[in-house]
Amino acid sequence: MGAISLQQVNKAFGETVVIPSIDLEVTDGEFVVFVGPSGCGKSTLLRLIAGLEDVSGGTIKIDGSDATLTPPSKRGLSMVFQSYALYPHMSVRRNIAFPLKMAGLDKDEAMRRVDAAAASLNLTDYLDRRPGQLSGGQRQRVAIGRAIVREPTAFLFDEPLSNLDAALRVNMRLEISELHQQLKTTMIYVTHDQVEAMTLADKIVVLNAGRIEQVGSPLELYREPANLFVAGFIGSPRMNFVSAAAAESHGAHTVGIRPEHLDLSTTAGEWQGKVGVAEHLGSDTFLHVHLDGGGTITARADGEFPVSHGSAIWLTPQADKFHRFDADGNRLP
Amino acid sequence: MARAVSTRRKATFTVAAWAIALAIFFPILWTFLTSFKTEGDAIASPPMFVFFDWNLSAYEAVNQRTNYLKHFWNSVVISFGSTILGLVIAVPAAWAMAFVPAKQTKNVLMWMLSTKMLPPVGVVIPIFLIFRNTGLLDTRTGLVIVLMLINLPIIVWMLFTYFREIPGEILEAARMDGADLRSELLYVLTPMAMPGIASTLLLNVILAWNEAFWTLNLTAAKAAPLTAFIASFSSPEGLFFAKLSAASTMAIAPILVLGWFSQKQLVRGLTFGAVK
Amino acid sequence: MATLHSRAAARLMITPAVVLLLGWMLIPLGMTVYFSFLRFNLLAPGTESWTGLTNYYFFLTDPSFWDAIRNTLTLVIGVLLITVTGGVLLALLLDQPIWGQGVARVLVIAPFFVMPTVSALIWKNMFMNPVNGLFAFLAKSVGLQPFDFLGQAPMASIILIVSWQWLPFATLILLTALQSLDTEQLEASEMDGAGPLNRFIYIVAPHLARATTVVILILTIFLLSIFAEILVTTNGGPGTATTNLTYLVYTQSLLQFDVGGGSAGGVVAIILANIVAIFLMRMIGKNLDA
Repeated sequence: MGAISLQQVNKAFGETVVIPSIDLEVTDGEFVVFVGPSGCGKSTLLRLIAGLEDVSGGTIKIDGSDATLTPPSKRGLSMVFQSYALYPHMSVRRNIAFPLKMAGLDKDEAMRRVDAAAASLNLTDYLDRRPGQLSGGQRQRVAIGRAIVREPTAFLFDEPLSNLDAALRVNMRLEISELHQQLKTTMIYVTHDQVEAMTLADKIVVLNAGRIEQVGSPLELYREPANLFVAGFIGSPRMNFVSAAAAESHGAHTVGIRPEHLDLSTTAGEWQGKVGVAEHLGSDTFLHVHLDGGGTITARADGEFPVSHGSAIWLTPQADKFHRFDADGNRLP
Repeated sequence: MARAVSTRRKATFTVAAWAIALAIFFPILWTFLTSFKTEGDAIASPPMFVFFDWNLSAYEAVNQRTNYLKHFWNSVVISFGSTILGLVIAVPAAWAMAFVPAKQTKNVLMWMLSTKMLPPVGVVIPIFLIFRNTGLLDTRTGLVIVLMLINLPIIVWMLFTYFREIPGEILEAARMDGADLRSELLYVLTPMAMPGIASTLLLNVILAWNEAFWTLNLTAAKAAPLTAFIASFSSPEGLFFAKLSAASTMAIAPILVLGWFSQKQLVRGLTFGAVK
Repeated sequence: MATLHSRAAARLMITPAVVLLLGWMLIPLGMTVYFSFLRFNLLAPGTESWTGLTNYYFFLTDPSFWDAIRNTLTLVIGVLLITVTGGVLLALLLDQPIWGQGVARVLVIAPFFVMPTVSALIWKNMFMNPVNGLFAFLAKSVGLQPFDFLGQAPMASIILIVSWQWLPFATLILLTALQSLDTEQLEASEMDGAGPLNRFIYIVAPHLARATTVVILILTIFLLSIFAEILVTTNGGPGTATTNLTYLVYTQSLLQFDVGGGSAGGVVAIILANIVAIFLMRMIGKNLDA
């Protein structure tokens, strides 16, 4: 079982309030991602759940029992840190076995579990090495190995992929996803990267300035962002926002349209503009279009779209893909 | 950054640097050489540098006529004893300051350092009287206590700077892995900080070995370490150059070797991290 | 970054060190201050009586006190001049590309590890002795009269000995500071057209300024308390020519057993040391924030 429930959890460092008040339910087996810009309080929230920080108020329940005052070592959670936090003076084997040693597990049983974890993470050949002799991806696996051997109630991940290069990051993302399918254990994952959030999560929690902006499945957030912040944060490239006359014609203060929901034409359309920078990615082309009426809009075209800097272009938003927001930035129905 | 330097320029600097270095080192070299002379050769005029009758008679004389070994052993006990005791007290304190910093941490640390600035003459009289009344005068225990206290700020400070380089996440990882405080210190912090702890030990042993205010004022015959033993040569006995040299060589050789290993730590420890 | 649990543990862990140092500081310090107001002589136990500021009056009006202050300052300033200037030059020299740099460095540092009593005696007897010393031989070999260093120029001789001991310290720290100078900074200034002299003035010297200040302050703390070198060479003499404040307090209290007067001298020494310490602590404190 790995249900975690936060009730009116808040946190202040001295005078600085980092998290005003948060209520959140994480059900057993769920993959929850906390996402938000740096300084939004997502890591602090994770550390509160871990017990590495005390809450200033509120209750944290793990599996229904109050764990607010339980020290981290007794919460039964595992954590994978951004820096991996491997013990540099221990071999990989002893790193992975460390939580089991702390739990006072019998040595043979511990070694059996370490071997099993190492096999599943392709680490068997590296068991006698020190962390310093491993590549970034291997260290990451050791950190995961150390987390899984003790069979925790839930896994906590604190931006685990941010120190890896781009290619490795995609691989590890898949591995973590597979790990979740296999273990079916609750996972809470913190990242500032919305792509990681979208690809991994069952449920995304978007945080901003210590507040929850929206909670929902990746597609809910993509389709129906609750406000301008979420709309701008989820999706890549960012959603385009248009205010003033164009928005008022749709009865909103601001309207948003995603780059992939604009139809392009070199001859005619609703909005006319000139191509600024065209980023050719091969599969797609992202066009930064300077509208004749002022403002810049990003549009996605297919990879072979035949335009270059300075070409005239017409954009037509798909009518049913508009997102409308009021003056406070909240979504209009 | 590697750059071609003209050979002549390099040669000039080399000669200058070596000339000065040898001049600075010369008194130590001279002492070393003299320790292998007979008393007659030691004061020969002109002085003899290499071509003299090399022998160990001065060393034998020092060992026979004085209680050299006892004083050497006193030095060992006092310097290692005070440093190890200091480490036992300082490791937990440095852990607390490095990994659980509070608002007061900086002030506490600065205050600890400030005790190091206290001139010994400001407190020597009470310490002398307290020691006299408690029977600690001229005991190794007494000196271990005093030297531990005067070096404790440096020990705490050095450990603190070493600990601060250990990422806190690793200790947090240990906590998440179920380690209690004792296990955290024993299995994670101490082994990781071992190089730093060893350097701290080394530098403070050197400082305690060479300490020459308290050791001279608080000991007489029984607990006198080498500093005080050598001071007894200030009487006419010092005019026996070979014996003075032999006793001096034995007193400084071990620490010279340790010292050369600890150059880097020396800077760190004695400038309290103000110069890296 | 911590929890109540760890904060409580931290307090517990730091307590022994704090209590010990607090005791070490407060108890003797308090006693010294208290004694300084007493008529208290170890030769006449049981006759201690309150005398107010009399000890300070006698101590401060004693000509040997002003001699001691002058000697202390002469010693500190003389040694500082030699070690800091020498240290900067030597550090710059050792930082140049030379053959056998590591070994040369080791030789230069060596005197720092020689215990004060040993270095003082070696200099006194084997070098400065007017009959058998090496300097006497050198003088005679060029036809000069041997010079009685410790008899004729006692303070200068002690300054020489102490400088020899502390020059390595100054050199080592300044060298470390030099080597921590970012070479890219130097290269950038070279690209900007600065010649060797300008590079020294605008890049190297400012970089060394901080380390030099640290050296001066730390050396001063140690030099104010020079004791063993005086004890084994001149015993403070001839007369009071080499009696510094530390040595004066030692004579008064531990040789003449005048605890009251010695304590008053101790208090004066503490005040002097504190003036230096305040500046030093500021520099260290700034570094802590960085």
